[in-house]
Amino acid sequence: MLGFMIQRLLQALVVMLVISALVFVGVYAVGNPIDVLISPDATQQIREAAIKAYGLDQPLWKQYIDFLGRLIQGDFGRSFLYNMPVLDLIGSRIPATLELTLVAVLGATLLGVPLGMYAGYRPDSIASRLIMTLSIFGFSVPTFWIGLVLIFTFAVQLGWLPAGNRGETATLFGVEWSFLTANGWKHMLLPALNLSLFKFAMMVRLARAGTREIMLTDTVRFARAAGESEFTILRRHVLRLISIPIVTVFGLEFGSTMAFAVVTETIFSWPGVGKLIIDSISSLDRPVMVAYLMLVAFFFIVINLLVDLSYAALDPRLRTRRAA
Amino acid sequence: MTDSTPLARFWSEFRTNKVAVCALFVVIAIVLIALAAPLIAPQNPYDLGTLVLMDARRPPGFVGTKGFTHWLGTDAQGRDLLSAILYGLRISIQIGIIAGGIAFALGVTLGTFAAYFGGRIEALIMRIIDLQLSFPAILLALVLAALLGQGKGPLIAALVTAQYAYFARTAHGAASSERSKEYVEAALSTPLAPTRVVFRHILPNCLPPLIVVATVQIANSIALEATLSFLGLGLPVSEPSLGMLISNGFQYMLSGRYWISIYPGVALIILIVAINLVGDQIRDQLNPRLRR
Repeated sequence: MLGFMIQRLLQALVVMLVISALVFVGVYAVGNPIDVLISPDATQQIREAAIKAYGLDQPLWKQYIDFLGRLIQGDFGRSFLYNMPVLDLIGSRIPATLELTLVAVLGATLLGVPLGMYAGYRPDSIASRLIMTLSIFGFSVPTFWIGLVLIFTFAVQLGWLPAGNRGETATLFGVEWSFLTANGWKHMLLPALNLSLFKFAMMVRLARAGTREIMLTDTVRFARAAGESEFTILRRHVLRLISIPIVTVFGLEFGSTMAFAVVTETIFSWPGVGKLIIDSISSLDRPVMVAYLMLVAFFFIVINLLVDLSYAALDPRLRTRRAA
Repeated sequence: MTDSTPLARFWSEFRTNKVAVCALFVVIAIVLIALAAPLIAPQNPYDLGTLVLMDARRPPGFVGTKGFTHWLGTDAQGRDLLSAILYGLRISIQIGIIAGGIAFALGVTLGTFAAYFGGRIEALIMRIIDLQLSFPAILLALVLAALLGQGKGPLIAALVTAQYAYFARTAHGAASSERSKEYVEAALSTPLAPTRVVFRHILPNCLPPLIVVATVQIANSIALEATLSFLGLGLPVSEPSLGMLISNGFQYMLSGRYWISIYPGVALIILIVAINLVGDQIRDQLNPRLRR
C-alpha cells in the first residue's frame, strides 16, 4: 500500500509539471496583455517599463523557469488587473464557490440517491417514470438556461428571491460565509438549485441503474429467502453495493461542479472563483488564469487519489488485492 | 422473433418504447426543419437589411412593419425570433455533428489502436486519456475557446478536445475485450495489414457501446456550444447560434421581456431531450446486464 501510494504521488508530481508547462505555454499564446494593461497613448518609455516590470521582455522558457521557481515558493505572481497577489485573490474567492458547490452536491446526492433507488426498485411505476423524466430534463437542459428561467420566475416575476450576489455574510474562522445568515441562504438558494440540477439527474440515474442491476442478482434472492424485509434489503445490500460508483461520482463531480460553477456564478453574479476566471479570460489576466488552472489540476489529482483510497475502504475485495 | 437482420430485430424492440419512437421522430423533424430553414423562415436573420429597428423587442404575436406576424416576437435588433431560432438550430446541429464526428473518429482510432498494440503505447495513450477525463470538459473547452479565439474552427477544436477522450475510453474498453477473442487471432494469423484487422474485424464489434456514447456526446456538444456562446466564447455575433440568442436576451429578461431568451432555450431543450431519450432507449437495449 505504501509503495503504491509513493508511486502514485511521484506520478502526480510529473503530471503537475507537464500540466504547468502546457498551461503556461497555452496561456502565453493569448493576445498581448500589455495592451490591456496600459492605455494606448502611453509613451514608449512607460510601455517598456511596464513590459520589464511584468517580466514580459524575457524569452518564454526563461519566464517559465522563473514562474516555476516562484511557484515552489508559493508565489503565483500578481494579478495584472487587481494588482494583488494571485493566491490571495483566488483565496478570497474560494469560500463563496466552496459553499455553493457543497450545498449543491450534497442536496443533489441526498435527494437523488433515494429517488433513484426507488426508480430502480419499481422501474414501471408511475412515480418512477416521473422521476426519470425529471432526471432526463435535469440532464439535458443547459445549466445556464435553467438559471435564466429561475431568475425570471423567482426573482423577476414572483420577487421572492434575490437574483444575484452573496447577500449578508458572517465570519467563521476568519472567512466570510453566506450559509451562516438567513439572508445569505436566500441568496444561495437559486444558484445552488441551478448548480445541483445536473448532479441530481446524474445521481438519480446512477442509483437507478445500480439498483436495477443488483435487484436481479443472487444477493437479493438470498436475502429475500432469508426473510429480510424489502426495505432492509435496499438499505443493507443495495445501498452498500451502489455506494461505490456513487462515492466516485461524488468525488469526481464535486470537482467538476466547482468547475461548472463558472456558468452559475456568471449568471447569478456570485463572487466566486468561477466568475473570477471568466473575468480574467476576458481581460487577459494571465497570472490569474495560470494559477486557477494549476489549482484546478492540483485539486483533481488530489481528488482522484482520495477516491482511489475510499474505494479500498469501501470494497474489501480491492483492499485484499492491493495488500497482496 | 422471426426478423432476419439484426437491424430489423433492433428496430422491432425499439418500437415497443413509444416515448423513444416519438423522440426519434422529433429529432428527425427538427433536423429536417433546420435543413429547410432558408425555405420556411419568414425572414433571413443574417441579412441586416431586412431588419427593422423599430420592431425590436416586440412580444410574440406582434405584426411587424413588414406586414408579417412575429409569432415568437423579435429580439433587440428587430430580428424575427422564429427565423433566428430556425437558423440557430442549423448552426447548433451542424456544430454538434461536426464536432461529435471528429471526436468520434479521433477517439475511436486512438482507443482501438491502443488496444490493438498493447504494451507501452497502450499505457501511454490511455494514461493521457484518463488524465484528460479527470479534468472537467467544460473547463477544457472554456480555456481552449478563450485561447483559440472566436469562430467556427476554434470552437469545433475546443469541443473535439473536450470530447474525444470519452470515445477513446469506450472504444479501448470494447476493443481490448475483442482483442483477446479467437476470431481476431485468426485474422492476425493471415497476412492482413494491422489497419485492416482493426477497422474491418475489431471495430464493427465495438460499435454498440460507441453508438450510445455518440448520441450522448452529440447532445452534449450542442449544449456545450450553447454554453460557450452564452459566456461569449463561442461563435461570432454575426451568426447567432441558439446559445448566443439566449445570451442576447438575458439583459432584457430582468425587465420582463422573457421571449428573447426563453424560446431559443425551449428549442434547444426539445432537441437535446429528444436526442437523449433516443440514446437512453438504445442504451437500455444494448445493455446485456438488463437481459434476463
